[in-house]
Amino acid sequence: MVTQKSTDEQQDLIHTPPEVAIAEADVRPAEAGEFVRGTSLWRDAWRRLLKNKLAVFGLVVVVLITLASIAGPTLIKRTFGFTPDYIPTNDVKLIRSFPPFTGPDGEFSWAHPMGTDNAGRDQFARVLQGGQISLFVGIISTLVSLLIGVSYGAIAGYFGGRIDNVMMRLVDVLYSLPYIIVVIVLLSMFRSQTARGQLILLFIALGSVSWLTMARIVRGQVLSLKNQEFVLAARATGVSGARIIFRHLVPNTLGPVIVYATLTIPQIMLTEAFLSFLGFGVQAPLASWGSLAADGVQNIAIFPWQLIFPGVTMALTLFSLNFLGDGLRDALDPQMRTV
Amino acid sequence: MLRFIVRRLFVTIPTILIVITLTWGLIKLAPGNFYSGEKRLPAAIEKSIREKYGLDKPWYQQYGKTMWSILRHFDFGTSLRFEGQSVNTIIWRSLPVSAAVGILAYLLALIVGITVGSIAALKQNSRWDYSSMALAMLGISVPNFVLGPILVLVFSLGLYWLPPSRWGGFPSRNLILPVLTLSAIYMAYIARLTRAGMLEVLRSDYIRTARAKGLSETGVVVRHALRGGLMPVISYTGPALAFLLTGTIVVERIFALPGLGNYFIQASLNRDEPLIIGIVAFIAITLLLMNLLVDIAYAFLDPRVRYH
Repeated sequence: MVTQKSTDEQQDLIHTPPEVAIAEADVRPAEAGEFVRGTSLWRDAWRRLLKNKLAVFGLVVVVLITLASIAGPTLIKRTFGFTPDYIPTNDVKLIRSFPPFTGPDGEFSWAHPMGTDNAGRDQFARVLQGGQISLFVGIISTLVSLLIGVSYGAIAGYFGGRIDNVMMRLVDVLYSLPYIIVVIVLLSMFRSQTARGQLILLFIALGSVSWLTMARIVRGQVLSLKNQEFVLAARATGVSGARIIFRHLVPNTLGPVIVYATLTIPQIMLTEAFLSFLGFGVQAPLASWGSLAADGVQNIAIFPWQLIFPGVTMALTLFSLNFLGDGLRDALDPQMRTV
Repeated sequence: MLRFIVRRLFVTIPTILIVITLTWGLIKLAPGNFYSGEKRLPAAIEKSIREKYGLDKPWYQQYGKTMWSILRHFDFGTSLRFEGQSVNTIIWRSLPVSAAVGILAYLLALIVGITVGSIAALKQNSRWDYSSMALAMLGISVPNFVLGPILVLVFSLGLYWLPPSRWGGFPSRNLILPVLTLSAIYMAYIARLTRAGMLEVLRSDYIRTARAKGLSETGVVVRHALRGGLMPVISYTGPALAFLLTGTIVVERIFALPGLGNYFIQASLNRDEPLIIGIVAFIAITLLLMNLLVDIAYAFLDPRVRYH
């Protein structure tokens, strides 16, 4: 479906999109062995990000916590010989929860740097394993919301007109819903018998309520991109609508999408922790930071370390992710500095 | 203006009906029943329970009956677990608790947030700016279910200053910790929003004009800058209300307050179907009406906003 345009516009129908043009400009001098190396959008952004100390701090902490969560439980098993769910059975002590750096007889010990929980399990290993679940839920649910939000926003923006109007009105309506309440109803009514089933339910529930802002952002971007010449060129050569959307338009919205996705991860992790804290989220034997904190709250008066370590680890991670997201936004789009 | 309000109400009322229908549908689609526990009931008893609650009728009749009594009499029926108490009684009894905590928390957040944010904007890039904004980021990142117990640990179990939990009537010391816990995150958000809004406004032409005509600095800030700089804060009120709702759920759980959120969690865990629908509907109505009010307030405050 080619719309008739004026003759000068038709003359430069074959036009490289700006991103590609910049990328090519970046490569060509290097191939030709010339002096100046151009800068791409991404390299510029990366340089700006590295100048932002708080963002670098966030990036380093996030990477460290992720690596520790992945490798930690195995390393602890190698060093001290217990798994996160190892319950000491040989001693018949009444109280099995010990403060940090303390062994079973009150002596100093490196074995449990975060103390032990009610059953005598190592809190450090539990927090690291909980981190796996928390980060996993955060990332997978963000991907689910990305998938829905980007497709929805791109379709609404590309087709425009009445379709756009109806689709976006629906988003407005969903925006004003008390979604968290609906999620709680969903999770409690369809409570799965298995921990894995509940986890999948959690992905679906969290992902399907957090795509709204993403859809708005992508729609806005697509609206401003779809009248550019490279889209017209694609259309003129007979490319289908779906292909234009996903091959030509969506890749060009990547910057804001990455920024917003980075800021969505901590939000979703917080919601997951909130749901797990209330007992609707991650089920035992799996544990996330939220469910560990929920267990810890029960014993706050006697064993405060059971709450403080998962809580502080989680706060540190969210803190760093938020700084990283802010830094990325400033780096990728210096004009988009709102809050 | 009136047309705008009427048009918004036309969207709001169907939305509330959608929320109720969605909740009803989720409950009906869910496997199991509210009466079936661990053991299977004898067939005769199960049959009489189903008859009593109208579960033997086809789904559209059940739906019709529920919606009709809600629309006609605003009647959600009787709670299944709190026997003999109607859903409306429970809601009206628990609402003041949630409202007291929520409103106080929001007011506190507004006062502290706007003050801190404005000072940070006026002294941009100063030590105060950096430290208050780092603190605000910390406030956003510490989950309230971590903050609350830590406050209890320090102020109740450590220093013995404040009671650790329970409801003690409206003006009471029991409110201090729940309100602090709930407001921390909004304080942080509002401080960040105010700072961003004020920074933008302070660079604008009309502020330069106000300064140029010799107004005092306080006059410029209080009478001119704040009015424009607070627009983001006002438009945040809608989302804030939604967050406040989820926040009260946790805070009421931690501090054992008999508010709406606590009843909602109990109803969800017990599968108390009429109570779930009642509370969800009530929350949806409050939220949507408040959003409408915020939009109207926005139009009054910002002459650039036009409703077409």
